[in-house]
Amino acid sequence: MTFGPEDGFEQVGSRPPRPDGTDKVTGRALFGADLARPGMLVGKVLRSPHPHARIVAIDTAKAAALPGVKAVVTGADFPSLARDQSVQAEAEENLWDVARNVMARDKALYEGHAVAAVAATSAAAARRALKAIEIVWQPLPHVTDVDAAMAPGAPLLHNDLFTAGLDEKPDQPSNVAEYLKIAMGDCRAGFAAADVVVERQFHTGAAHQGYIEPHACLASVSEDGRAELWCCTQGHFSVRSMCAGILGMELAALRVIPSEIGGGFGGKTTVFLEPVALALSKKAHRPVKMTMSREEVFRASGPTSSTSISLKIGATGEGKITACEGSFRYQGGAFPGSPVSYGAVCGMAPYDCPNVMLHCYDVVVNRPKAAAYRAPGAPMAVFAVESLLDEIAARLAMDPIELRLKNAVEQGKSSIYGPSFGPIGFVECLREAQKRIAAAPAVAAHQGRGVAAGFWPNYGGATSVALNVNADGTVLLSLGTPDIGGSRASMCLMAAEELGIPYERVGAIIADTGALGHNDTTGGSRVTHSAGMATIEAARKVVAAMKERAARLWGIEADAVVWEGGRVRPSGANAGRHKPLSFAEMAALASRTGGPIAGHAEIQAEGAGASFAVHVADVEVDPETGGTRVLRYLTVQDAGKAIHPDYVEGQYQGGAAQGIGWALNEEYVYGDDGRLQNPGFLDYRMPVCSDLPMIDAAIVEVPNPGHPYGVRGVGETPIVPPLAAVANAVSRAIGVRMTRVPMSPPRILAAIEAGGQAP
Amino acid sequence: MSEGGALAGTVEVRLGASLRSMAGGRQSFPIAAPTVAALLERLRETYPELAPVLARGVAVAIDGQLYRDAWLQPIPEGAEVYLMPRVAGG
Repeated sequence: MTFGPEDGFEQVGSRPPRPDGTDKVTGRALFGADLARPGMLVGKVLRSPHPHARIVAIDTAKAAALPGVKAVVTGADFPSLARDQSVQAEAEENLWDVARNVMARDKALYEGHAVAAVAATSAAAARRALKAIEIVWQPLPHVTDVDAAMAPGAPLLHNDLFTAGLDEKPDQPSNVAEYLKIAMGDCRAGFAAADVVVERQFHTGAAHQGYIEPHACLASVSEDGRAELWCCTQGHFSVRSMCAGILGMELAALRVIPSEIGGGFGGKTTVFLEPVALALSKKAHRPVKMTMSREEVFRASGPTSSTSISLKIGATGEGKITACEGSFRYQGGAFPGSPVSYGAVCGMAPYDCPNVMLHCYDVVVNRPKAAAYRAPGAPMAVFAVESLLDEIAARLAMDPIELRLKNAVEQGKSSIYGPSFGPIGFVECLREAQKRIAAAPAVAAHQGRGVAAGFWPNYGGATSVALNVNADGTVLLSLGTPDIGGSRASMCLMAAEELGIPYERVGAIIADTGALGHNDTTGGSRVTHSAGMATIEAARKVVAAMKERAARLWGIEADAVVWEGGRVRPSGANAGRHKPLSFAEMAALASRTGGPIAGHAEIQAEGAGASFAVHVADVEVDPETGGTRVLRYLTVQDAGKAIHPDYVEGQYQGGAAQGIGWALNEEYVYGDDGRLQNPGFLDYRMPVCSDLPMIDAAIVEVPNPGHPYGVRGVGETPIVPPLAAVANAVSRAIGVRMTRVPMSPPRILAAIEAGGQAP
Repeated sequence: MSEGGALAGTVEVRLGASLRSMAGGRQSFPIAAPTVAALLERLRETYPELAPVLARGVAVAIDGQLYRDAWLQPIPEGAEVYLMPRVAGG
């Protein structure tokens, strides 16, 4: 089953310009820091210089007395919360933790942790005020490494944190927030049946999402307690829930208006400045604008986890995986919640493995609270799994794609996490990659080719849209899911397809929290699936309304009117002979046939389809410098149905670029003093265009039966395979298995000099 | 006889791999329920050992299709039913 123009689509699958494109390339688009209000103050945050320290006392009197200073807040200005109070953000989050991360109380848990904030009439006045705040610190021992944090005697971040998930509740607190076991089959028997067993330790550095636009917001709280908040976010409804929860407000009292967003990738699914700006505005009785510097983004937003992984996989001589056993240790920063269990599951999800034993540890360290980053947790686990599979393929002298084909999950097979798979496109992706590899140039000396697969389950979520028909036959679609990847274009295409009108006649905006019902956050690769479903449903309501009105106009039964090619026309023996009316004609008649025509949909979108990918990296390693150049890179992924192929390919290419950066260069580097050493783009080295080849993107389309057009979310999966694909390529190029990312030139040189077992 | 009078057959509710260790190791829980809401309620009543799993918040996979918040979703007789962790993403 395939969809495409041959299956009746008129516009879906085409590549028109995005509706927000002109404003973005001409600089008119308004991002978080572009907003201003009369009487606006500048807000600034005082951050901890210590990685771990008790706040013995804070004296803000001198700061508050300075000229131009209108408000100072500390943790004492925020309401107390119950320890177990949760909030539904992108995932369910502990609100106590989120609030403590926004503004420290009692203790600073990482360098950069907010401890106070000021609002003043100028940035200079605000900076002077920060310097005038007096804090008595009691520095405490710190730990930033995940393995060190788990070791006996490690400095404790939270004295009330007892490891959850153990058979017996421990009698001592620790930095391990939770232990989780994923068990299936009999690993001992599985390894006994194996002809080849490989086992290694892996480490991945903490990466940042690297969005170009720093966090920014503008808050205005009125004297009656109602408030407006403008901010750049992936989920303004979740921002409303979190801010209202932290500040003790009713949801109806807070209206959140999203700006355009200069990248998020998961990092803008929570709050940092927003509750602080609201608290300052409430105290100052003036609007307050806050923006993070790049250094603040690195030190105090939400990077991903660094990890330590031990993994063992066994396979028969024919390449059939018999068992997989491992330990996954992820640090989630200063608060519980690392994505370790999903990561571990995603690592083996593409494969049919009967015997599995995975131990997962969620660990706290003195680093910023981790936030989501595309397919949270999966790239690190997949790095370990796919590295060992590459090694098994090499030991068996087997083509790496063939090895994966022997073990690939397909429809009807049970997943590692439990349920059977419906229609999925993993085998199709492997076959497409195999075909393209066969046509690619052979690798030469000092070059290597690496293959890796990836998976993300995707989800739907709460979604609300409104589609208003204008008198001239144009349409405006109001969406509640911030557009981080071209989703407005995809929604317009689906609306145009349903209504039978040109794409250019459909506009789209991201509406604020006062205009629509709740929308879950943009993330999890849910928007094209869920907002697409809602858009299609809303458009079908418009069509139904037009058919009903035409029937009444013509004095015939509603079921005697059909919708065809963007027109209503009578149909059937008794329908009479009436001139068909176009969409634009029906729109023009709206005010005389019952008033405005609109469709809306409020849904809990289910039926998300998993998306699989296969990546192939060709690299060249300079044996003198250890530098790696990516020569060619191929991404193959199942999109179900690519609504707007440009933006599907863009997701594939963007995820690959980010993953290549994570694989080769990107890492939070901490000194022994617990302070971040590289909080800027000069020292935190992300790949730029000149570092990368053209990334080939191949779209596989195995339709998802859970979506009317067959859509699968595609935003998460592209970052899952690159760490492993690049590591496998580098390992084959130098003849030494690389087990730590990023594979910076010094690490590659050290590996070459130390030698090792060739893959 | 289920709520609303509809007949509902018993299904085996299985735990997703990452939830099994939270329920004392038992993997399968027979229950008769016509909808996801009834399923969750009856599991809570019938199997106290599932309390830590249900308190965590779960999605329900029915015949391979994942439902995150679909309390009204019908459960066909003989369906494959799994309790799963809720998916988020980036």
